[in-house]
Order: sequence, then structure tokens, then C-alpha cells
Amino acid sequence: MSTAGTRGRFLDVRDLKVHFPSEDGVVSAVDGVTFSVDKGKTLAIVGESGSGKSVTSQAIMGLVNRKSAKVTGEVYLDGEELISARPEQVRSLRGKQMAMIFQDPLSSLHPFYTIGKQLVEAVRVHQDVSKDVALKQAKEMLDRVGIPSPERRLKDYPHNLSGGMRQRVMIAMALLNSPELLIADEPTTALDVTVQAQIIDLLRDLQQEFGTAIVLITHDLGVVADLADDVVVMYGGRVVERGPIDDIFYRPEMPYTWGLLGSVPRMDLGRNERLEPIPGQPPSLIRLPQGCVFRPRCPYHELVPGKRCDVERPELDPITPEHAVRCHLEPAQRKEIAIERLTAHAARKPAGTAGMEEK
Amino acid sequence: MGAYIVRRLIAMVLMLVALSMIVFLIFNALPADPARLTCGKACTPQVIEANRTRLGLDKPIYEQYGTFVKGIFAGRTYGEGTSVSFECSVPCLGYSFRKGEEVSTLLWNRFPVTAQMALGAFVLWIVVGVSVGIIAALRRGRWQDRTIMGFALIGYSFPSFFIGLLLVFFIQIKWGLIGFEGYVPFYQDPAAWFSGFILPWTALALLYAAFYARLTRNQMLETMGEDYIRTARAKGLRERTVIGRHGLRAGLTPIVTAAGLDLAGLLGGAIVTEQIFALPGVGRLAIEAVVDADLPIITGTVLVAATFIIVANLVVDILYAVIDPRVRLA
Repeated sequence: MSTAGTRGRFLDVRDLKVHFPSEDGVVSAVDGVTFSVDKGKTLAIVGESGSGKSVTSQAIMGLVNRKSAKVTGEVYLDGEELISARPEQVRSLRGKQMAMIFQDPLSSLHPFYTIGKQLVEAVRVHQDVSKDVALKQAKEMLDRVGIPSPERRLKDYPHNLSGGMRQRVMIAMALLNSPELLIADEPTTALDVTVQAQIIDLLRDLQQEFGTAIVLITHDLGVVADLADDVVVMYGGRVVERGPIDDIFYRPEMPYTWGLLGSVPRMDLGRNERLEPIPGQPPSLIRLPQGCVFRPRCPYHELVPGKRCDVERPELDPITPEHAVRCHLEPAQRKEIAIERLTAHAARKPAGTAGMEEK
Repeated sequence: MGAYIVRRLIAMVLMLVALSMIVFLIFNALPADPARLTCGKACTPQVIEANRTRLGLDKPIYEQYGTFVKGIFAGRTYGEGTSVSFECSVPCLGYSFRKGEEVSTLLWNRFPVTAQMALGAFVLWIVVGVSVGIIAALRRGRWQDRTIMGFALIGYSFPSFFIGLLLVFFIQIKWGLIGFEGYVPFYQDPAAWFSGFILPWTALALLYAAFYARLTRNQMLETMGEDYIRTARAKGLRERTVIGRHGLRAGLTPIVTAAGLDLAGLLGGAIVTEQIFALPGVGRLAIEAVVDADLPIITGTVLVAATFIIVANLVVDILYAVIDPRVRLA
């Protein structure tokens, strides 16, 4: 399945590796990541900080400095391979065929140039048009992403705008040349909740209108639930589980995914309710454990006989054609624990009544 | 912005007043007796005392300060009401009895030399320092970077008198490439003018260029790691544009501050360099005055040098607001 169905996919990432040589050893930031996205679909990459999700997206865009990192594998964008392509070729695709929006729109916009200038620049790199035409396009796009009185905003500097407006400007900038792939790296993390919802709605509308393929990088499972068609869960630079959104949310099979789902706060439980964090720290990407990367933090590794989790790296095994997981637990065991954990999370009682039995 | 500048100007005046008081106080607290300076070696105590009364040096210090300040704005008459009185015209910073000249005239005569030295060195060190700093940043960790930073470290650690003396020894004495004519005004002989200045320019510029190379490199490295640089690349801009339009603009802004203050500092005189290359500038005047304990000159040069720094501070702050739209001058 892994190769058979991927042909013709709009974005097809195969065995992507990004290794940074350092004085302490090679940092395997991304280690053999494979996934694909169709046009008009959204793929979410979730994981903790340091799981390699941002580096993955930057490697796709060709934004990883090839002097300090070794990038291998294949990235096909509409059939064109990017990792081995000439940098100039990838540059000409950036901002045109594939665009990116970043986490913190304040630091991601140049503080010394007006919004108008930065948008016009983005238009004119890829289109041979006059300043006035570019300015008109910029204005229209600002209007399209829901910025009131765009004419005036063009003359503003980034610091004059609110966080939500700035992120809209970033989105407008990314969409100016109608890219077919949009990579959104934590697009809502720096925003407050109501603005988050607006930005997500905006992304969804724009996707429907333009048929863009979206790669959404986030650690916010709420955003994932709202936008994604498929989910890739990353841990320690690898994909540990991937599948359609319903499989990930309702039939997760990897202990790390269970942990992620369990650590989502529930609004109906009071504020005294303790979250369930995943114990331990994300792994150092320099000397990864010999066996399963998640083994040191996995509460179930003892269920696997013969210390297999300590010595053998699990493969990404398909459960169904779309759903794959990297775990040594038996499928029956995984299903059983998953049901147990999900029902436990769902059945937790509001704080005060259940507080005691936790201890 | 207008209101800001007015407020800053008022603050500047207050600062200058405070500064002049401190300078005046310090130099009057020195053991050197200003009255003793008024006449030569064969001077009787009677003459000294007579001069003290005539010049008002027996008056309380605040009264003397008042006379001094009035002199700057309205001029003053030395030895008023006596047979040997003379005028000191506006701006009167005092009178040097040793040199028999008004301090302001002395400064005015010396300043062009210092200004030419400072400006020439400034242009040289900014061009060299900033450009090699940019190269080092863009070639970080490679041989270009290591070479430049190596030289910068050497330039940075050698005191200016050492570099100056090396230049004198090799270029003037050993190889005889440049003569010892010293300062020749430009209008008299441009070639001689240039050969008189090239060594002090080099000596000063080497030191500052080393500092600016390091500063520029660090600023550029920091800027090129900013998120907006990544955005510029993500737009598909050519690397040239990313560096030129997005990197330099932000990376070089702090250099403006440093450059303004350093230039102002030099305009107040470069004591060591002027001494080594026998340039008759403000720094040389100051060191001569110190050796002679010529208090009026010392007070005058310190005041003028400090004024340069204070004015430069204001200019730099205003310039910064023009460059960086985030800086609100309110």
C-alpha cells in the first residue's frame, strides 16, 4: 500500500531524513518520514516540540540550510522531485506553488517594511507585473482574508496590527500567488482562542475556494479535529502513527497517541481537574534509544515479551490500508487498551467528585 | 516627533549645564593655582596675588562659574577696570595665559585637523569594518570568516599607540615611504595633505574596523536567524534580495548608533593618534594643556568634547526612529 496508492498524489513525501551533524553527534531531527496529501485535503502533523514536525515542513519547502544539514529522501510536489532539484528551481516554486505560514506572525513579518511593501514584494517575485497591479492584488487578497479597510492597512507596519490581523496578513501573503500547497506551521498557536477559530474558518473556506492541499503542523488536537482529513503523529523524528482523522481520534493504536489524546483538557471538567501529562521528556535526537524511541516513556512496554521494545525498533505496520502504527504490542492488546483509555478519559467526572481517587 | 525633539533639546541643555558645573568644579579643585598660570617663571608672589584679585579668582567658586558661563554667551573682559584689561569674545571658553590666546580660538584653529582625521578614519573603518563583517557573517565558520575574525581579534587587542608606532617605524622610518611633513592643509598641497593623513587614518581605522567587523558579523548572524528572514526565503525571494533588502536593513541599524557615538568621540580629539603622528589637533591641544596644567584649555576641550557626545546621542536617537518604524518618539 505504501507505494501503490501514492502515485499521483499531489504532495508525496518518502523516507525524508534531515540529519544535522553536530559536535556531540548527528542530530536525527527527521528520520524516515513518509506521507502524502491530495489536493483539497488537509494533513495534520502532530507531535510535541522537538518531534521533527517543523523541520519536516521546512525540508519540504527547501528552507533547511543544506550546508548545516543532510537532507535525503524524496519529496514530490505534483510529480516534481524537490530534494535533488537545483536550489534555484525550488526557490522558484516557493511562494508560488507552495507557500508557508508561520507560527508567530509578529516575528515573521519584517518590522521595517509596511504590509503593502511586503505583499507587493511577494507578488512581484513570481509575477511580472507593475507595482500598481501588485498593490491592487495585495489589497484584494487582504480583503479576501477578512481584513477591514485593506487600503489603510497596506500602509501600516506589522506592529500596528493585532495578532489576528497579522496572521491574516501572513495568510494573504501566502495565498497571493495561488499556491497549490499551503504549509501552516502552528498557525494559531500565538493567537487567542476566538481569533484561533476565525483563522481556522478562514483556512477552511480558502481551501474550499482554491482547492489547496494543506499540511497543518500543530500540537493542538482541537485544531486538528476542526481541519484535518488525515493525521500523522510524529515522535522523535519519526512517524509513529498515521491514518484518517477518525482512526486517530477514535481508534488510536499507539501508546504515544493515547497519551496525546489523554492530555487534551476537557472543558466540562472543572479547572481543578488534573491533566494527564505524558510522563518523561521527549528523547534527545542525538543518541536515540536502541529499541522503540518511545519506550522510556511508554507505560505498556512490559506487556511485550522478551524486552523487544528495548532492542528492536518497531516498523510502521499497516492495520488497514490507511491506518498504520509503529508499536510492538499485539493488535488485540492495543485495541483493548485503547478502548479502556478512551472510555476512561471520556468518563472522568468533574473535579471535586473524582479528585480523591486519582491519588 | 517635534515635541520629542524639543524635550530632548531641553534635556540636552540641562545636561550641558550640569556637565559644565562638574568640569568647572573639578578643575578648580585641582592643586594647580590658576593665578600662578597668569605670569611666567620669574614671577613674584605680589604679582600673582594682584592677578588673582584682578581676574576675580579670589571670588567664591559659584561666582567664578557665573562669570565663566556669561563669558560663553556674552563674552567677558579680563582684568576689568584695570590698566591691562582685555576682551574675550563670544563664545569665551577662557583665556590661556601660557599660550596668550583665547581658548575658543585655540580650539577653532585645531578643530579642522581633528575633524579631517576623524572623518577620514570614519569613512575608512565603516567601509572596511562593515563589509568584512558582512562577509564573515555570510561565510560563517569558513576560512573567510576565520581569517577576518582572526585579524579583527589582532586589531582589536593591539592598543592604538602600538599600531601607530608600528606604522611610523616601518612606513616612515624603515621603508621611508612617507615623509615627516605632518599636517599640510589640503589647499596648499593635496598630495602632501593625503600623505600626512593616511597613517593616522589607517591607525585609527584599523582599531575601529576590527571592532565594527565583529559587531557587524554578530548583528548579521543574529538577523539572518530571525523569523522574518525565513519568511523572505519562503516567499521565494532570491538569496541576494533576502540578504540585501531584509537582512542588511535590520542588521545594520544598531551599527548606526555605535558609529554616531564613535565619530562624536573622535571629533573631541584623539590624544594618542594625534600625538604619535604630530597632528596639531584638539587631542594634541588637550595633552599639551595637561602637561602645562593649563586649566582654561583643559576645561574648554573637555566641554567641547562632551558636547559632541551629547549632541551625537540626540542625533542617533532621532536617526534610529527614522530607520526603525517601531521606535515611537513620544
